[in-house]
Amino acid sequence: MRSLGNVLWLTLKELRVLRADPVLLLLVVYTFTIAVYTVATGVKTEVRNAAIAVVDEDRSELSRAVTAALLPPLFQPPAAIAPAEVTPALDAGRFVFVLQLPPRFESDLLASRPVDLGLDVDATAMAQAGNGAAYIQQIVLATIGERLGTAAPPIALAVRLRFNPNGLPEWFTSVMQVMNSTLILSIILPGAAMLREREHGTLEHLLAMPVTPLEILLAKIGANALVIVAAATLSLLLVVRGLLAVPIAGSVPLFVLGTIVFQVSVAALGVLLATLTTSTGQFGLLALPVFILMMLLSGSMTPLESMPGWLQAMVQVLPTTQFVAFAQSVLFRGADFALVAPRLGVLCLLGLLFFGAAYRRLRHTLAE
Amino acid sequence: MTATAGQAAAVLRDVRHRYGAARALDGITLTIPAGRMVGLVGPDGVGKSTLLALLAAVRRPQAGELEALGENLRDPAALARFRERIAYMPQGLGRNLYPTLSVAENIAYFGRLFGQARDVRRERAAELVQATGLARFTDRPAGQLSGGMKQKLSLCCALMREPDLLILDEPTTGVDPLSRRQFWTLIDRLRARRPTMSVLVATAYMDEAERFDWLAALDAGKVTVTGSPAEIRQRTGTASFEQAFIAMLPEDRRRGYEPVVITPPPPPRPGEGPVIEAEGLTKRFGDFVAVDHVNLSVRRGEIFGFLGSNGSGKSTTMRMLTGLLPASEGHATVLGQRPGAGGDSRRQVGYMSQAFSLYGELTVRQNLELHAHLFHLPPDRAAARIAAVLRDFDLEQVVDAAPESLPLGVRQRLQLAAAVVHEPALLILDEPTSGVDPVARDLFWRHLLRLSRQQGVTIFISTHFMNEAERCDRISLQHAGRILAVGKPAELVAQRHAASLEEAFIGWLEEAAGPEEATPDLPAPAAARQPARPTRFAPGRLLACAWREALELLRDRVRLAFALVGPVVLMIAFGFGISFDVENLPYAVLDGDQSPDSRGLLESFAGSRYFSARPPLPSEAAAEAALRAARIALAIEVPPRFGHDLRRGDRPEVSVLVDGAMPFRAETARSYVMGLSQTWLRDEQALSPLPRQRDAASIETRFRYNQAFRSAVAIVPGVIMLMLMLVPAMLAAVGVVREKESGAIANFRATPVTAPEFLIGKQLPYIAVALASFAALVLAARLVFGVPVLGSGAALAGGAVLYVLASTGFGLLISAFVASQVAAIFAAAILSVVPAVNFSGLLVPTSSLSGAARAIGLAFPSGWFQQISIGTMSKGLGLAETWVNHLALAGFAIGFVLAASLLLRKQEA
Repeated sequence: MRSLGNVLWLTLKELRVLRADPVLLLLVVYTFTIAVYTVATGVKTEVRNAAIAVVDEDRSELSRAVTAALLPPLFQPPAAIAPAEVTPALDAGRFVFVLQLPPRFESDLLASRPVDLGLDVDATAMAQAGNGAAYIQQIVLATIGERLGTAAPPIALAVRLRFNPNGLPEWFTSVMQVMNSTLILSIILPGAAMLREREHGTLEHLLAMPVTPLEILLAKIGANALVIVAAATLSLLLVVRGLLAVPIAGSVPLFVLGTIVFQVSVAALGVLLATLTTSTGQFGLLALPVFILMMLLSGSMTPLESMPGWLQAMVQVLPTTQFVAFAQSVLFRGADFALVAPRLGVLCLLGLLFFGAAYRRLRHTLAE
Repeated sequence: MTATAGQAAAVLRDVRHRYGAARALDGITLTIPAGRMVGLVGPDGVGKSTLLALLAAVRRPQAGELEALGENLRDPAALARFRERIAYMPQGLGRNLYPTLSVAENIAYFGRLFGQARDVRRERAAELVQATGLARFTDRPAGQLSGGMKQKLSLCCALMREPDLLILDEPTTGVDPLSRRQFWTLIDRLRARRPTMSVLVATAYMDEAERFDWLAALDAGKVTVTGSPAEIRQRTGTASFEQAFIAMLPEDRRRGYEPVVITPPPPPRPGEGPVIEAEGLTKRFGDFVAVDHVNLSVRRGEIFGFLGSNGSGKSTTMRMLTGLLPASEGHATVLGQRPGAGGDSRRQVGYMSQAFSLYGELTVRQNLELHAHLFHLPPDRAAARIAAVLRDFDLEQVVDAAPESLPLGVRQRLQLAAAVVHEPALLILDEPTSGVDPVARDLFWRHLLRLSRQQGVTIFISTHFMNEAERCDRISLQHAGRILAVGKPAELVAQRHAASLEEAFIGWLEEAAGPEEATPDLPAPAAARQPARPTRFAPGRLLACAWREALELLRDRVRLAFALVGPVVLMIAFGFGISFDVENLPYAVLDGDQSPDSRGLLESFAGSRYFSARPPLPSEAAAEAALRAARIALAIEVPPRFGHDLRRGDRPEVSVLVDGAMPFRAETARSYVMGLSQTWLRDEQALSPLPRQRDAASIETRFRYNQAFRSAVAIVPGVIMLMLMLVPAMLAAVGVVREKESGAIANFRATPVTAPEFLIGKQLPYIAVALASFAALVLAARLVFGVPVLGSGAALAGGAVLYVLASTGFGLLISAFVASQVAAIFAAAILSVVPAVNFSGLLVPTSSLSGAARAIGLAFPSGWFQQISIGTMSKGLGLAETWVNHLALAGFAIGFVLAASLLLRKQEA
């Protein structure tokens, strides 16, 4: 009972300290609003708004039709460039694709002479290069077929996307950015707050009172969980569902539950990192690679299936990997508790592991 | 120059200063005589520090005229000249020192800042450490010095050049009597050598006030009395200055004051054991023995004074008694239990540490509430006790203020209040009255006496004030970890045949320390020194800052290792991990036809490396469930009569359900399915009489720069872009704010160093680290991933230099802006990660960005360097194609440092 009282009072203290730093609060707001919005509307690893140019040396009706078929949202309106411009433009990264329509393109086709079209792809733009080239191929061939009246392919392939019928990238990116914001905050805030207490001598002062390291740890993580989970939930409801109009298929309470588990496990990791370092400067440099790694290898930027098998197995221990899978299931596929319970279990386990290690390290460093 | 310049060190006319609504100075008009030792006295929080900070030009004046050394302190040009002629030692136990730097290095830094030649610097440093008794400790890191030694070091730093005006803000607070004597001797000798020097000192030690030639007493932001100590004593008709100080207080402050009367301690109750007992208590830190077999026995209700020289292990002993530190040897019992044993025994102890260790961000009341509740007082009791201590320690006026904004003396009172709020049976107080004014100290002592005599509270207290030591029932005297003497104060004085306790104390210390090293007389200055002419830019000062920052970075091996190893590890992880080549997508089929044709089509999927088959699905509902549970990424449904329809040319519809939760994966799956079905059809057409498609146009796709379509070729240069932004920015982000938090920023404010010198000096070591990291990354790219630099290495290296100039500059800009290190690393992370990961071309080509994303990308250096990095490494380009990006990066580099310089003000508001 007394222990609970201690944790509550320490939590209140944490919240008050947090409130006293307006720059910090402003950054929290930025992270969950502007950052989420700009990333969701701006970042598209899919072929969207791709920059394309056409070298039209034919200037026929067919070549114009082919050019006109490269439409938004997949492509930006194609720019017309001269053959000599192709290499400089690709060098400068102005376009990812350059389609070359040769002279006599239309007349050769009408005369049933084979025609070779050229498609230059900037293959350093990996995200769009492969799929984009496939799209262009289909669009160009379909347009030619339509114009010249060739037979349709013998199979009608009807590809339908479930859970995101139009394949809108912002549905996914926005939710993932909410997770990334939660991640960065949850690692940095409790960890740095711990070091701040050590640097300012307040941690030692607390320990001279009837307060245990466990209570301090719980309060630190609890207070941050309160703020960050509330911010993440608001961001999901107001920015993602409200502003970005992303429909949420599943249960918001279930998602919040998962967010709490995720946040707490990551916060425990943050505190663990803090106990491994002795100054805020060190902590920043240790935390940075950790959360960048957790962000980029979680399956939120590129699909897990693109990693080598050994790496896919290894990233399963990242809380982010578990949470990405959890969030997709709940928010888009409308999964229920039973379906995501294993993920939550793993997250809980990871959280306990980090928490246990942080607690051990904290006690160890305090005894020095 | 004014007419008074000859006789006055400083002239103030109606100087006013306020912090928010609080008035610190309320119309000060004062002429401070030159060439004298001038004392500034007064109760806590009356504006002494503010006045000194204004005179040292580290604070921006708000109202009134301020003139010092004949310079108008509101004129920037005059300020630059003025800064060449003063030395300022701020308040706080060595807060302006660099803890990882040794004594010698701290001193050398100041010498370099003042532009001294090497031999001058060495000679002067040797002289100063000799005079202050620090000569034996020149290699010890400043962070490991005791409080008093830090004060002395801080003075050495300030005195590295001979100022015309020396400003010392409570220089002897927390310093032991022997060190204090040495300190003042040093000042006297400096003055003897340089008689024109004016010294201005704020002090809380009234016995020191007798040393001053001239005094100004402040109260409530106004000057109350000025004159020599003798004049003031005469005017107030008191014998000592301490009494005069009390007599000078305004009527309402004096009311309720009464001298402390010591009553004898209660007789010990029979059969009662000691409250504190220690036997052979020892603490070792490595080879260093901080506490050496200390024996102690303190009985209930006793006030036990714990005296000793600075660094004698008093604080360490106290921390062992509270249970904060485990003893290396020996044992102790506190209230009959092992120190810090359980929650209940801790509730009986009130502890106050030497440094302020309450929460600066919480208000006075909130701090007390936190204590009351953590000590488990019932709510109504808590409220009553908080009200009582607020009254007892005269904190009612500041109850809603944050301690950060309160003067040292008031903060100490708050710490005391917090230590007694739960009415403990034992108080362990580590220098509780350091920096507290005499009236408040007496108030506090009356309170301690009441606790001891009426409630039987045992008090274990350390102090450097001899008049406080005299009030203790017993005192012990400690030096170098050992106890030299224990007894009643009067007995100890008699034992040494000394005139006073102070004399007895110093006698013991000198005896223990061995014969005092003969301090050579300070040599006379070679010639009348001309103050250096102020320069707008001095390379020496910039290098001094760079040297010091580099030393700090080198001492912090952990930070250095993280900065160098972290990026390479991440490159390896991302080089393998980030790829757009999706393989083994799990899929399942729902074959409603089971004909050779349908099996043929589906087999083409099974044979592909892109797909990995799961057991066939019995129904559409099963397909839906499998997708929902994320067991498969796509389901392929072949309708009944597929083969039949195909052969009749009826275009049977094959439907493919793709999990769209992750759109990129869905898109990739879709393009694979289309590609595979086309290939299958072509192969089938070749073998069978299916209707043929005219195949006149073909598209030849050329994957430029990366024929093999390897992810590493695209990702590795991007990782270099990412790492050279994030890590240097994070490294630099704590650079300035760390000094703001520690207090070392005072050196920037009080010395002639300019903001650009300070910032660029700091930046240089970070740039060096970042470039070393760059070299390691380029090497790793080649060796681990086989991604060489195809184009111009010079263009890449040049771009990297400009880029890390920009990224470290960005870190410094954040550092100059924020108030706490927590905010700094958070800001560095958030503000750099979002644009560098998302809007700089790492994953998404910048050419496809639009709107805000594109604007943010352009407004941040990363996207520009990405063009250089990918251009020179993977596209084989040179400067001819990338120079625009170089130019942009140079612009960012200059812009960030310029903005940081503007944000970093020489004077505090």
